[in-house]
Amino acid sequence: MSAIAFPAPDPSILARRPAILAGLAALLPAECLVTSEDERRAFETDGLTAYRQVPLAVVLPRTTEEVSRVMAFLHGQGVKVIPRGAGTSLCGGAIPQPDAVVVGVGKLNRILDLDFANRTARVEAGVTNLAITGAVAHRGFFYAPDPSSQLACTIAGNIAMNSGGAHCLKYGVTTNNVLGVRMVMVDGTVVDIGGQHMDAGGLDLLGLVVGSEGQLGIVTEATVRILRAAEGAQPVLFGFDSVEAAGDTVSAIIGAGIVPVAMEYMDKVAIEICEAFAHAGYPLDVEAMLIIEVEGSPGDMTEQLRKIIAIAREHGVKTIKESRSAAETAAIWKGRKSAFGATGRVADYICMDGTIPTGRLPEVLRRIREITDGYGLKAANVFHAGDGNLHPLVLYNINDPREQEKAEEAGNDILRLCVEVGGCLTGEHGVGIEKRDLMGCQFDRADLDQQMRVRAAFDPAWLLNPAKVFPLDGRLPPEVPARPAAA
Amino acid sequence: MSLHTPTTEAEACAVVAEARAARRPLQLRGGGTRAGLGRPSNATDVLCSAGLTGITLYEPSELVIGARAGTPVRVIEETLAARGQMLPVEPADHRRLYGTAGEPTAGGLVATGASGPRRFAAGAIRDQLIGVRFVNGAGEAIKSGGRVMKNVTGLDLVKLQCGAHGTLGFLTEVVFKVVPRPETALTLALHGLDDARAVAALTLAIGTPFEITGAAHLPGGGPGDAVTLLRLEGFQASVDDRASRLAALLGAFGAAERRDAASAAPLWEGLRDGVALDARPDAAVWRLSVAPTKGPAVAARLAGVAERHAFDWGGGLLWLAVDPAGDAGAAAVRAAVAEAGGHATLVRAPEAVRAAADVFEPPAPALRAVTAAIKASCDPERVLNPGRMYGGV
Ligand SMILES: Cc1cc2nc3c(=O)[nH]c(=O)nc-3n(C[C@H](O)[C@H](O)[C@H](O)COP(=O)(O)OP(=O)(O)OC[C@H]3O[C@@H](n4cnc5c(N)ncnc54)[C@H](O)[C@@H]3O)c2cc1C
Repeated sequence: MSAIAFPAPDPSILARRPAILAGLAALLPAECLVTSEDERRAFETDGLTAYRQVPLAVVLPRTTEEVSRVMAFLHGQGVKVIPRGAGTSLCGGAIPQPDAVVVGVGKLNRILDLDFANRTARVEAGVTNLAITGAVAHRGFFYAPDPSSQLACTIAGNIAMNSGGAHCLKYGVTTNNVLGVRMVMVDGTVVDIGGQHMDAGGLDLLGLVVGSEGQLGIVTEATVRILRAAEGAQPVLFGFDSVEAAGDTVSAIIGAGIVPVAMEYMDKVAIEICEAFAHAGYPLDVEAMLIIEVEGSPGDMTEQLRKIIAIAREHGVKTIKESRSAAETAAIWKGRKSAFGATGRVADYICMDGTIPTGRLPEVLRRIREITDGYGLKAANVFHAGDGNLHPLVLYNINDPREQEKAEEAGNDILRLCVEVGGCLTGEHGVGIEKRDLMGCQFDRADLDQQMRVRAAFDPAWLLNPAKVFPLDGRLPPEVPARPAAA
Repeated sequence: MSLHTPTTEAEACAVVAEARAARRPLQLRGGGTRAGLGRPSNATDVLCSAGLTGITLYEPSELVIGARAGTPVRVIEETLAARGQMLPVEPADHRRLYGTAGEPTAGGLVATGASGPRRFAAGAIRDQLIGVRFVNGAGEAIKSGGRVMKNVTGLDLVKLQCGAHGTLGFLTEVVFKVVPRPETALTLALHGLDDARAVAALTLAIGTPFEITGAAHLPGGGPGDAVTLLRLEGFQASVDDRASRLAALLGAFGAAERRDAASAAPLWEGLRDGVALDARPDAAVWRLSVAPTKGPAVAARLAGVAERHAFDWGGGLLWLAVDPAGDAGAAAVRAAVAEAGGHATLVRAPEAVRAAADVFEPPAPALRAVTAAIKASCDPERVLNPGRMYGGV
């Protein structure tokens, strides 16, 4: 079985479980501590549901101070910690291990400050992505990164994964929209990195923390940029008879000096699945579909759409559907944003997340088809066309272990292909456990060692989310904590 | 002293490995245009990127360009302009600020993180940098990021290198994302506003959906000289439309004068390059980053030490010209920034002042320890620009 390995639990920690629980119970009220087998099961997996590990315990602190006390205690005990937001990670980033305590930010869910003049929001880390936009929308503002999971996922998870979304072509991903964090280091020390101002005064530690997958500290607060929304947004939907025509249209639009706010691609399989679910009016007689959204004043949008439609025509577009109402716009996006959920209704799937240079698109899509055919599987392709971030959904039956194995192997082949053509293993979902063992195809030994040494600058003993990101073999030896544990 | 100008990454690795073995620190250099930035170095050997030049990758339809670190920024900008594109950050050219010659290089731009006026709207250089190759202090060639815009694979060492002033690696290649060059630009100028009113006008403008890409205030030398600038960019019809509506909205701040792209360009270039301040040639220069609406209060608090000041980034970037005597105002500036929240960099000052005062914002103790540990993880023998950012780091 190709299954992803977990390190063997540390028996000495398992043996000390009662003492560790007693220590935690002394720091937190009962409502913040989850110890029963049944309740711990709720935390055994995340969005990568094929893998499950029940943690030693789960703590749900209510303040940064509580997180700090818990971390200082666990550090002193040498106990591993798995930070957790909403548990929607698709790469197993939040999956626990039996000898580790999950520190969840579920109770850190207050919005602390909305500053429209400075265009920032300061929130506790357990606030959901969509709640930020929800809190500022009445003034015409929004928080830009929009992962499809935005209703559920937390800003903590977004920061850990450097999450993106459909509208990142114009507005950037999480790292481009976070100005500061409050973070509890592995030994319980609380630090503030960044703030309401722009850029770092010293090393760009914020840039390092964003996307670090819970390995550098527990983020408890974040200051994010909020932006004034455009006057209007309007999508247009194009259907094409060939993948190449869709890909060429994307290149030509950018070549013409237009960067739409979003350019989303779906292939035939994905169109059928999403249409059956969302009834968005997607064309069923095409091979490929693009949803392109423009923003601005009414005049601006009309002008941009005119140019974009002219380019699509030059590339032989078959179906053109302009949205004429807010309801139509919502329907167009509903289909795309529910792509994963809708696929989940028809099959189990693993969602890949590689990025490729967009010029290689037709070739990569053809080879993905060959790969999945080779394993006797099917894939639905959904992706962010403007930036080359692919989401092939490899469909399989989770109750058939052989098929799961094949799906994982097909997924790995697809990711190797992304690297081979000049791209990367993950564009927005993170490495987690899922892509951990593929890191060697993107990075050389020296690259990985350098990353691990930087990681060790924050967590020398490898207690934070330790089974993730870096292949289990070839790791730098953990250092024994340099100073005695805080009392 | 010896000057190393490797022409390949492998040669650069050999130079660093040798320096490490001999424990002889290296001063890293690009075009040498920002030689006066940072704490002075006592390293006598120089490792220069001048031999590492050339565009390594340019795909206009993928909005990406890569270049070896010694490539002049000018070459990158010309290459992009020929295809109607640009670097969104408006890279600063500091030759006038420091009175230096030479050419600003891609590597120097990244190492100093020198973002221009568009920063508050389009992001900083760290936001546009998507890949780097560098030689660490052990003489190993390391890569991070790559050539695609969306990449979260592994720790983001790309951002870490950006603004590290060469203390964590000798950059050999950098890759940026680029944007289409706007068809046109138009600047609205308001006259005679005091700092507080000016920043209120900038705040109001940035809070509209009109996509402001430049927001600055130059108080000028005498009463009535003050000018407040708002830049709009894009397709002509759209710019005209937004300008009219913005001017109407700003009515309470006085009549807005329209300046076309060419006539406003020198102002934006002055802001970009740190010379809009119009400081006397021997004045010390500070660059402060604070929450935009706090800019005026910080400036008022520092009125006693600052000879001149100017705002960019909607009020969030405050330039100060200060008498270079003593600590060049360091104590007052640090105290003001500590209260407001933010950071300050002493970008220009005599060597003795830079050796004695903190040039960069001193980190809190826990973060200073992390900074030192990161330095050790990249450069264990401290051979790469040691002490350039912080003493002992
Ligand atoms: C249906 C669906 C659609 C999705 N669509 C997108 C998409 O469009 N774009 C995208 O980028 N992602 C997408 N995702 C992936 C996922 O939602 C994101 O990775 C999200 O950011 C995870 O947030 P979370 O709160 O669920 O974090 P979790 O899954 O709980 O944790 C994610 C990672 O963050 C770490 N972490 C959590 N809290 C902290 C903390 N306080 N401090 C430090 N580290 C912490 C965890 O250890 C883990 O490594 C999707 C997932 C699903 C299920």
